[in-house]
Amino acid sequence: MVSAETRKQYTVTIGIECHVQLKTATKLFAAVSNDARDAEPNTLISHICLGMPGALPVLNEHAVELASRAAFALGSKPSPFSTFDRKHYFYPDLPLGYQITQFYQPIVLGGTVTIVIDGQEKQIGITRAHLEADAGKNTHPTGADYSLVDLNRAGTPLLEIVSEPDIHSAAEARAYAHELYLLMKYADVSDADLYHGNMRFDVNVSVSKTNELGTRTETKNLNSFRSVEKAAEYEINRQIELLEKGQKIDQETRGWDEAKQKTLSQRGKEQAHDYRYMPEPDIPPVELDEAFIERIFKSLPAMPSDWRQKLTSLGLDASQTAILIDAEVDSPVVNYLPLLEKVISDKSYAKQLANWFVNIEIPFRSDEANIVELPNEARAPMYHAVYELVTGNKLSSSNAKLLITELLGHNSLPESVEKYADEQGLVQVSDTGEIEKIVVDVITANPAAAEDVRNGEMKAIGFLVGQVMKASQGKANPGLAQELLRKHLM
Amino acid sequence: MSTESKWPSVAIIAADVQSGKITATELVKQALQTIEDKKEYQAVIATTADRALERAKEIDEQIASGSNVGKLAGVPFIAKDNFLVFGSETTAASNILKGFDAPYQSTAIEKLESEGAICVAKANLDAFGHGGSTENSDFFTTKNPHDTERVPGGSSGGSAVAVVLDMVPFALGTDTGGSSRQPASFSGCVGYKPTYGLISRSGVIAMASSTDTIGTLARTVEDVAYVVDVMAGRDPLDSTTIDRDEQSYQVSNAASLKGKKVGVIKEYMGEGVDPGVKQAIEASLEVLKKAGAEIVPVSLPSLEYSLGVYYIVVPAEISSNLSRYDGQRYGYSDADANNLDTSYTSSRTTGFGAEAKRRIMTGAYVLSSGYYDAYYNKAQTVRTKLIQEFNAVLEDVDFLAGPTAPTTAFKIGQNTNDPLQMYLADVMTVGASLVGIPALVVPAGKAAGLPVGLQLMTKQKADRMLLSFGAAAQSAISKEISSKQSKEIET
Repeated sequence: MVSAETRKQYTVTIGIECHVQLKTATKLFAAVSNDARDAEPNTLISHICLGMPGALPVLNEHAVELASRAAFALGSKPSPFSTFDRKHYFYPDLPLGYQITQFYQPIVLGGTVTIVIDGQEKQIGITRAHLEADAGKNTHPTGADYSLVDLNRAGTPLLEIVSEPDIHSAAEARAYAHELYLLMKYADVSDADLYHGNMRFDVNVSVSKTNELGTRTETKNLNSFRSVEKAAEYEINRQIELLEKGQKIDQETRGWDEAKQKTLSQRGKEQAHDYRYMPEPDIPPVELDEAFIERIFKSLPAMPSDWRQKLTSLGLDASQTAILIDAEVDSPVVNYLPLLEKVISDKSYAKQLANWFVNIEIPFRSDEANIVELPNEARAPMYHAVYELVTGNKLSSSNAKLLITELLGHNSLPESVEKYADEQGLVQVSDTGEIEKIVVDVITANPAAAEDVRNGEMKAIGFLVGQVMKASQGKANPGLAQELLRKHLM
Repeated sequence: MSTESKWPSVAIIAADVQSGKITATELVKQALQTIEDKKEYQAVIATTADRALERAKEIDEQIASGSNVGKLAGVPFIAKDNFLVFGSETTAASNILKGFDAPYQSTAIEKLESEGAICVAKANLDAFGHGGSTENSDFFTTKNPHDTERVPGGSSGGSAVAVVLDMVPFALGTDTGGSSRQPASFSGCVGYKPTYGLISRSGVIAMASSTDTIGTLARTVEDVAYVVDVMAGRDPLDSTTIDRDEQSYQVSNAASLKGKKVGVIKEYMGEGVDPGVKQAIEASLEVLKKAGAEIVPVSLPSLEYSLGVYYIVVPAEISSNLSRYDGQRYGYSDADANNLDTSYTSSRTTGFGAEAKRRIMTGAYVLSSGYYDAYYNKAQTVRTKLIQEFNAVLEDVDFLAGPTAPTTAFKIGQNTNDPLQMYLADVMTVGASLVGIPALVVPAGKAAGLPVGLQLMTKQKADRMLLSFGAAAQSAISKEISSKQSKEIET
């Protein structure tokens, strides 16, 4: 293990490449379904996916549109002119003998992603993002003297997002990966289903004691934020240990062994592969006009960093903000942020609503036992009614929580929330006359405590308020009760 | 060979079939019989006899029941064997595709069939289109109809010979650097290369994607135009296709040559051109001039680099396009290979012929890192310059003219050991390919008993104008030739 002291002497430099699967109905260059999740091998293929003689790729316009959305999400804008290229290598999962990608003129050049690390914002530069076709899948049955090829995935549209080497710790690597996930979900360009490999991360790590970058390794195909962090952490330690022992780092590709929680060398020494890149003559350049770019820009919702600003300005802390921003992508029926957006001009209500989301609804929904059919948008009037009861002193904040929790379990809302709360005995009594009667009774029934208050022992007033609440079965407005007790005793 | 064809014009054949004067079945049988009779020329790799006769029967039944079959009702044709066609194997004359049955058909074939045309056979070619003589066919060399010791030209040699020997009224070829034009010139028929993108490449085995076009070979420009009209236009399966003209490409009435400005390309008429070829071309130009065309000399200084550019860009694309033939999914695969690397190496080593390998090597070399800028990028820069020069000259003249090849058909085996000499045969056709403009070859008499073709070109997308002009030119030139012949006979 590397000591903290040694660790401090090294600068860590990390760059991340992320492959995002775009949520098009069909493949990047063929009119074949793009959803290979439950399909039998080689059922989602055409002559194009198979690389048959004479087959020509036809670019999927929707993929271009999604990549353009992603461009804005990455703090950039789609390039008005981009082209496709061929990257050559032989492998059975690559029927054409080349991958169609964007090498020379990608659809996204430059960009910035803002991450939050220890409550602080940090900018990570984006070098580029380009469209490319995924390869198929090879499987090697144990003990068999053959391999199997499934081309269902061949031609699935990917957006490869390449970061600048602006990441300097494993925690930042994780935060960046997570932020990309949020961005792709918010921009609605990918299902971002990590379990099914919709986002795959390649993490390039190097360490150095000097201003010059060290030799880097690339750990490929990480498919969770946790493995991104763990693999980066493992590589940092491994490389520092090697350097401390006076050994050299091999520039190589490594894989992540989830079971052993370590990276493993995949190819030994990296061979300088010559991909013989060449412009793809079968696909004309992609030219996007201003009107298209403008339309895409206008169709995009606010991004996580916009929300962080808005929520922070409402007075929410970093953890509440993060909970709301994450919750947004968890389920399609939940859309807290648009609901907040609608009321954001009423700052105090918006803050109260955000608090209720964070403290009541989100924990409620995260309990799988609570299956609720009603979209929370339909609950907007309920929240507002509860808010009015609270501000009108008709509902205590603890009773408000009870009421909201109760109503979240309903698949339809009562006609009048106030009436319902009243029937449930949750509405507090703010009628001075009624409470005054109880106050007088309580003073009579507790002469000793009353005497203490008269003698300036204010602790006793709390006891008396409690007695009033008890006598009113919790309905009395506690503030009013205290006020009346003071009036009678002081 | 006879000077009179057995076939009337394509339009008349279709009309006769539609009116019931003749049946599609009779025509297909006639075509198949001629193919059989002319077997020794080896123009054809395989017939699609069963499917052709079946389609003919269907068409005859449709006509009998009163339906309109289409513009090409019952017209038999032959397709170069790099078109994916049902009814026989599609091999591109290469061993690596021997036994390959097309799972779908080329768009061009589909369009012809939808108008009632019937493919009866697959024509021989230089494997994958690599060559100008059919000697690079992995199977056999096609013979020139005028001299069986000579090549028919290529790579669409089989298609040209099929037309010249009257097997069919028209044939499809491909033209990447002259592959339809040069065999038309060597064998003596009309050969046409459209504007790049006018006819879909979908389902045609790719040679070099950025210059591949679908060629048409026939006896007359009218027949070519009639067929082109059926095939032209955008195809959702080929993103490089362009919109067709709204008007028909058919030649309605012969255009006048009067006042048309024809630029004779100086660089094509200088050194290295066979004197007999030059004489035939000059005589044809004289005919055009007599008919009222204005003949002016023009110069395209970058043309001298066109062959160099072509033999960098095209092999680069070939090396890439041939990557898919890896012995893993279809075509030849070495059954004895016991691991992946051996399977790749052995299947490709055995499956590809020498010329394919030569072009793969050249292409891989010019694309390799460190050489890309010096070769591929430089070649593309010169190509852009060439396009600019052609555009500038075509601002000033309506058409460009010159020979199709520096020589007439050469002897079989004459150039086989000298690939550079072989490549030189393309020197006059690669220009139009790199620039993407349409080019048409019409018969322009003979030199020492062998056909010579006059090449006409014009600007991109002006295919209609070129076909109409070409039809008038062909008619004027052939009139002149036959009147000369009859004078010779008289004297």
